[in-house]
Amino acid sequence: MAKKLEKVDVVVVGSGWAGGIVSAELSKAGYQVVMLERGKDQTRSDFIGVKDELRYSNRYEMIEKLTGDTITSRVSIGDAALPVRLQKDMNTGTDLGGGSMHWAGSVYRWRSYDFEIRSKTIERYGEGKIPEGMQIRDWGITYDELEPYYAKWEQTAGISGEPDPLGDKRSNEYPNPPMLASPAIKLFKESAKELGLHPYQMASGNMSQTYTNPDGETLNQCMFCSFCTMYGCDFGSKSDPLATVIPTARKTGNCEIRTNSLVRRVIHKDGKATGVLYTDTRTGQEFEQPADVVVLAAFTFSNNRLLMLSDIGEIYNPETRKGTIGRNFTGQFNSTFLGATGFFNEKKFNYYMGAGGLGGALSDYDADLFDHTNLDFIHGGGIELRQYGDAAIKNNFVPKGTPTWGEEFKEKSLFYAFRTLTVWYSAAVMPWWHNYMDLDPTYKDEFGDPLLRITNKLTDQDKNIAKFGIEKCAEIVEAMGADIIDKDELPDQFDHSYFGMHYIGGVAMGEDPETSAVNNYLQLWEMENLFVVGGSALPHFSSHHPTPTIGALAYRAAEGIDKYLKENGGLLTQPKASSVKA
Amino acid sequence: MTNNKNSNQDTQDLSRRKFLKSGGLVAGGLLGGSLFGGLLTNQFQKGTKDEATPQADKPVSFDARTFFSRNEDFALLSAATERIYPENKNGMGAIELGVPYFIDRQCASNWGRNADDYMHGPFPTVIKTDGYQEEKRQNNEVITSSSVVKVPAGTANYQTKMTRGTFFLEGLTAMEKTSQDKFGDRFVNLEPEQQDEILHMFEKGEVKFSGVDSSDFFRLLRQTTIEGVYADPVYGGNRNMEAWRMKEYPGPIMSFLDKIEEEEFIVMEPSSLRNYQGL
Repeated sequence: MAKKLEKVDVVVVGSGWAGGIVSAELSKAGYQVVMLERGKDQTRSDFIGVKDELRYSNRYEMIEKLTGDTITSRVSIGDAALPVRLQKDMNTGTDLGGGSMHWAGSVYRWRSYDFEIRSKTIERYGEGKIPEGMQIRDWGITYDELEPYYAKWEQTAGISGEPDPLGDKRSNEYPNPPMLASPAIKLFKESAKELGLHPYQMASGNMSQTYTNPDGETLNQCMFCSFCTMYGCDFGSKSDPLATVIPTARKTGNCEIRTNSLVRRVIHKDGKATGVLYTDTRTGQEFEQPADVVVLAAFTFSNNRLLMLSDIGEIYNPETRKGTIGRNFTGQFNSTFLGATGFFNEKKFNYYMGAGGLGGALSDYDADLFDHTNLDFIHGGGIELRQYGDAAIKNNFVPKGTPTWGEEFKEKSLFYAFRTLTVWYSAAVMPWWHNYMDLDPTYKDEFGDPLLRITNKLTDQDKNIAKFGIEKCAEIVEAMGADIIDKDELPDQFDHSYFGMHYIGGVAMGEDPETSAVNNYLQLWEMENLFVVGGSALPHFSSHHPTPTIGALAYRAAEGIDKYLKENGGLLTQPKASSVKA
Repeated sequence: MTNNKNSNQDTQDLSRRKFLKSGGLVAGGLLGGSLFGGLLTNQFQKGTKDEATPQADKPVSFDARTFFSRNEDFALLSAATERIYPENKNGMGAIELGVPYFIDRQCASNWGRNADDYMHGPFPTVIKTDGYQEEKRQNNEVITSSSVVKVPAGTANYQTKMTRGTFFLEGLTAMEKTSQDKFGDRFVNLEPEQQDEILHMFEKGEVKFSGVDSSDFFRLLRQTTIEGVYADPVYGGNRNMEAWRMKEYPGPIMSFLDKIEEEEFIVMEPSSLRNYQGL
C-alpha cells in the first residue's frame, strides 16, 4: 500500500535541464515543489578524478543501468521487437542532473524554418514537396516567439559563442565569448572560407571564462581537459543542472529534491492529474505524492511510457494514424553523423586536448538555407569539426582497407593517432507515420510493466540527405589538405543503437489536438494540469542537438504553469484544427 | 623509459609467442600462470631498473587469474590477443602489456557478468541476414524463446542469454575446437599465420557455437583487447603506460588551457589516473 504524502503545488519528475529549469523557476516564484529523481544524489565532488576512459566512455558509468528496464526496438510494424540489452546501445541519463550532466555542451538554436516547417516548405516548393506519410507540421510557436526563452536559457547556462553568420535574429549576444580555436579548428574554418562557406566557432556549454549567471551561480573557465561527453565536469566548467538550476531551486527553500525515487504512474481522476506514484529504489516502499500540477520531465522514453502506463491520452496507432501519444518519434540515428575523415601524413594535431563543445561549424547546408528544388529531401544539416579530445581507446582510426587488427592495424593506428580529423553532417530527421512508440507485448520491466517499444525505419529522405552531406564534408576535408579522404558509407537500415541520448517526440507540441499531444506551453491537451516537458515535445529533429530548444521550452512551460496556477486553471492556448492534416 | 624494446637479449629471445608455442606452459598446469606472470614481472623490472632503489629491485606482481579457471583457456586467450595486437617494431604486444589479465579481470567484473544490462527473457533465436528484410508477422505477436527473429547483419544486438564471461569461455572453447578440426593441433601450438586463419574464420562468422555468431565473439575479443591495451594501467593492461607512450597519448591531464592553441604536436611523458587522483 502506497504511503500518501502531503500535497504540494507542483511535483516534477526528473532532474535534468527540463525538470531543473521548471523546478528552479517555480520555486523562485514561491510555489512548493517536489522534484523526484530515480537515480542517486550526486555533487561536484563525485567527479573529482573521474578522467578514466574505460570506466565512463566504455563501461558507461554515468548511464542508467538497464538491469530492470530498457526499450525494445524494431524497424517495421511487421517485425519482432527485441530488447536493447546493453548500455552501449542504450544511453539514457540517471542520477541528479540527469543526462544533462554528461552532455558535451554543444549549443545550437533551432531555426525559424523548423517552427513553421510545413508552411514554409509548401510556400517555397508547393505541397508536392512533402511526401505522403511524412508527418511534419508547424509547431504552434514561431522562432520569434521562442527567441526570448532561448536567450534566457543561454544566460542561465552561460553559453560561450559568437553568432552564426547565417543564423536567425538574436535579441542579445551570448553571455561569454567563444572558446579558443585550436589549429585543427582554424584549418577547418580557413578551408571552408576558401570554398565560399560561412564557418564560425560553435557555441558551447563549456566556459570560455569564469561567469556568474543571473541566478547567482558561478561557473569556472574550461581547461580543455577533454573529459566532457559521458563525464561529469570536475571543474564546474561545463554548464549543467548541478552547476546552475538545481542549486538555484535549492536555495529558495521551496524545492525538496528526493533521489532514488522512481515514478511509475501518474495518478488522475476525472480528467485531472492528482499526483504521482513512486517507489523508493532502496527500500521498495511506495509513495503517493499529491500535487496541483504534475510535470513530467523524465526524458522522452519515460515521459511517453509513463503516460501510456497511466492510461492518459490515446496511444498512436500507425494503421489508423490516430492517437497522439508515441507519435512523431525521431532522433539522431546511424544515418545522422556521417561525413568524411581525413588522414594527414605530414601533420599531427594535439587532439588529445579538447572540450565537448569545442569546434568549428557552418550552416550553409542547413535547414532551408539552400535551394531544395532539385534535391530529393527537405531540410538540411549542420557541418561540424569537433575537437572533443580523443583518449587512447577511442583513437584507433585507420584508413579504409586497413585490417582492423594485427600488425598492420597496430602500425597504422599508431601512426594515424592524432593525424585524423573528421568533418560530419548532422542531418535533420523527419517524422514518419511508421516511426513511433507504444508498449511492447512481450518484454517487461522489473515490476512487470511492459517496456516501451520503438518502431523506427530509415527512409529515402534519411539516406538522401546523408548522401548529400557526406559529399559536402568530403569537399571540406579535401580543402583541408588531407592525404587520404574516407567517406562514410550509408547504412542499409537502422541498427537499433540508441547511442547519444538524442531521441525525441511522442508527446509532441502543436496547435491541433488531433495530431499533437501538448500545446505551446507543453500543457497536455487532455489533462490541463499535466505538463510534459523535454525532448518529448519536439515534433521533428532539426539539424543540431536539442538541448537549447529543450531549455527554452522548459522556461516557456514554467511560465505557463505559473499562469495556470495563478489563473486557477484552464487551457493556456486554444486548440486549432489544422488546415492540412499532418 | 620511453624505449619499448628490451635490451636484455635473454628475455627478448623468449618472445611471447615462442614461449607459448613451446608447449611446456600450456601442456603442464604446473608451469601455468605464475611462471607466465613471473616472466612479465622480470621484463618490467628492466624498464624501471635505473630508477629503482636496491630494495625495490624486484617489483612484485600479484597478477593471477581470477576468472578463467583453466590455464589452457587463458593461454589461448593470451595467444589470440597477441595476434590482434602483436609485439612489433612499435613496441610491446598484448601479452607483455598485460591484456590477458585485463580481460580476466573484466570478465570477473559487473561488465563480464552483465550485471548492468537487461538480461530478461525470452531469448529468441536470432538469424542475421544480409540487408534488411521486413518480416511478416502479426502485430503485437508475443515473442517466445523458440521464436526465430531475423535482424540485419552487423547490428549491435546482443540477444544471447550468456554473460560476456561465459561468452568468452564458450568462444575460446570453440576456437580450440576449430584449431583441432582444421589443423589437428592446439591453437597455442599453431604458426601465427594459422592462428590468424582461425581468427579470420571467427571474424567472418564462419563458426557457429552456443547459438551465437562467431563474428560477435570476435568483435568482443577484439574490442576488449584494444581496451586492455589502452585503458588506464589500473585495470591491469597498458603496463607501465607503455601503450600510451607508443601512441604519444599523455593520459589524464588537468589542464591544456595554455596549450590548446599550439601548432606543434606536444609529446608528454604520460601520467596515470593514480597520479591524477593524487595517490
